[in-house]
Amino acid sequence: MSAPAPPPTTEAPTADRAPLRTGRRRAQAAFYWMVWPALVLFAGFHTLPVLTGIFYSLTNYAGYGEWNFVGLANYGNLFGDDRVLRAYGFSFLFAIVATVLTNVISLAIAMGLNARIVARNFFRGVFFVPYVLAILVIGYVFQFFFSSSLPKILSSWPLFRDNILTNETWAWTAIVVLAVWQACAFAIIIYLSGLQTIPRELYEAASLDGARPWRQFRSLTFPLISAFFTINVVLSLKSFLQVFDPIVALTGGGPGTSTESVTLLIFRGGFTGGEFAYQTANAVVFFVVITMVALVQLRVLRRREAEF
Amino acid sequence: MADTTTTTPDDAPAAPTRRRLRRSESDDTRRISWWATALVAVCSLTVLVPLYLAVVVALKTPEQLAAGTGFEWPNPVRWENFGEAWRRTRFPQALTNTALITVGSVVLTLLTSSLVSYGIARNMHRRFFKGAYLYLLAALFIPFPIIMLPLVKQTAALGLDNQAGLIVLYTIYGLSLNIFIYTAYIRSIPIELEEAARVDGASTWRVLWQVIFPLLTPMNATVGILTCVWAWNDFIMPLVVLTEPGSRTLPLAQYVFQGQFNTDYTVAFASYLMAMAPLLLVYVFSQRWVISGVTRGSIK
Repeated sequence: MSAPAPPPTTEAPTADRAPLRTGRRRAQAAFYWMVWPALVLFAGFHTLPVLTGIFYSLTNYAGYGEWNFVGLANYGNLFGDDRVLRAYGFSFLFAIVATVLTNVISLAIAMGLNARIVARNFFRGVFFVPYVLAILVIGYVFQFFFSSSLPKILSSWPLFRDNILTNETWAWTAIVVLAVWQACAFAIIIYLSGLQTIPRELYEAASLDGARPWRQFRSLTFPLISAFFTINVVLSLKSFLQVFDPIVALTGGGPGTSTESVTLLIFRGGFTGGEFAYQTANAVVFFVVITMVALVQLRVLRRREAEF
Repeated sequence: MADTTTTTPDDAPAAPTRRRLRRSESDDTRRISWWATALVAVCSLTVLVPLYLAVVVALKTPEQLAAGTGFEWPNPVRWENFGEAWRRTRFPQALTNTALITVGSVVLTLLTSSLVSYGIARNMHRRFFKGAYLYLLAALFIPFPIIMLPLVKQTAALGLDNQAGLIVLYTIYGLSLNIFIYTAYIRSIPIELEEAARVDGASTWRVLWQVIFPLLTPMNATVGILTCVWAWNDFIMPLVVLTEPGSRTLPLAQYVFQGQFNTDYTVAFASYLMAMAPLLLVYVFSQRWVISGVTRGSIK
């Protein structure tokens, strides 16, 4: 892999902390041996499937049997396919609502935890519990709650009495509840560690200047934790767009296809629908969409972050 | 978190550079805010109530369940649900599979990710290593659905559609994030420490395992916790990769037996509880440690 590297100098360190860099052009062989096997495996199990996927997206492969090249036909068909467009519509609506709710709720709870409260460590521990639970499994508990408990508790409210999970218009809100319930665990911890970086003296000074709580939040707290806001918004939107487990646990995509996300559609169409090539084309488009969303987000959010 | 502040990272990554001000509760001169306590307590019910529901339903008979909303405490308590769930979902088998996959992934991840990161971190100024770093990092942008379909063909063809395959996949797919976490930290370790070991004649490999690896303990904890929670709870990867019913993991077993349970919520809930309990117990006993580990990984 590499030519024998010059032996490391064993003299006392010089001012420019050089010794490990004495091999001016090449690093020691050991360092190459640490990295290249991982690169090969990563290429084989990650990059290769990506490339295979892109390749199949140009064919009419059904997942088995013969196949032919069809050029960009799959991509063309995607844009006229109602089911695909609805899946994108659902995923975006779901992801935006869930991201907003997650960030508002977890910031509020984090601020509560950052105040001087009784049993703070206990509560902090409680809020993090959903992070260690499998969302599919706890999702089945929510499914029971929505389909069996809630109709009895809110029996005077037709929406809940008739099981919200079977309601074509509103079933997605139940999925939002479950997904936000779990995502908040992580977001609260991030916001809390952000809030703890703000020196308390700043608030004392602000109070002396007559700033009311809302003004303190707008002019002091929020600008100072904007980096944490960026982390949370980018991470939560990315994972909400790919939502899968909560849907499987609650509605299975139904009723009809009203709560079918893009990931669920790719999974179903690709494995059981005989649409292997078509759904890999869908996945490639999905990848481009997610990357663009992430880049736009980073640009917008970074620009309005306060300078430290 | 105190550990990360003892060394100064020479290239602080994107996140905030201000250091956390550590204060003990007793330094807090503010008055106790009862409003905030009330708000936090009420909100914490949203976490506790679903867990309570899971417990009470698992302790009922189907008749007790049908009689109420599900929230009532059962009298008498029925423990047999657990035994039945244990047999019907083949709990020991699923637990063994999940435990095997989780432990295997964590151990293999810790050994390989730290090694790759060390190689990269100490040679960041060289083109090959910088390129490797960016290549691995770029994969963070690639969503799982795009590799899902081809991956299944590939794992089946290679005979990796089993527990061993999942261990390999978790280790490889975790690499991107882990390298990001480790590299910044390794670069903050003073290089003089390694030089001292080299003067004594230690090879690069020895320096790595005997000097660097022990110093990485806080990051090992972070990476270990993230990998453990991921491998234990993951659903979509076992769903698509595993083919043999005998290799099912805990979440997958819940999914497969869900259809069978449709009329039998009490046994199903006992089974859910047993699937969630192991990690939940570990968390309850190492709560602080887990939270600080996860925070360290994302704030870096």
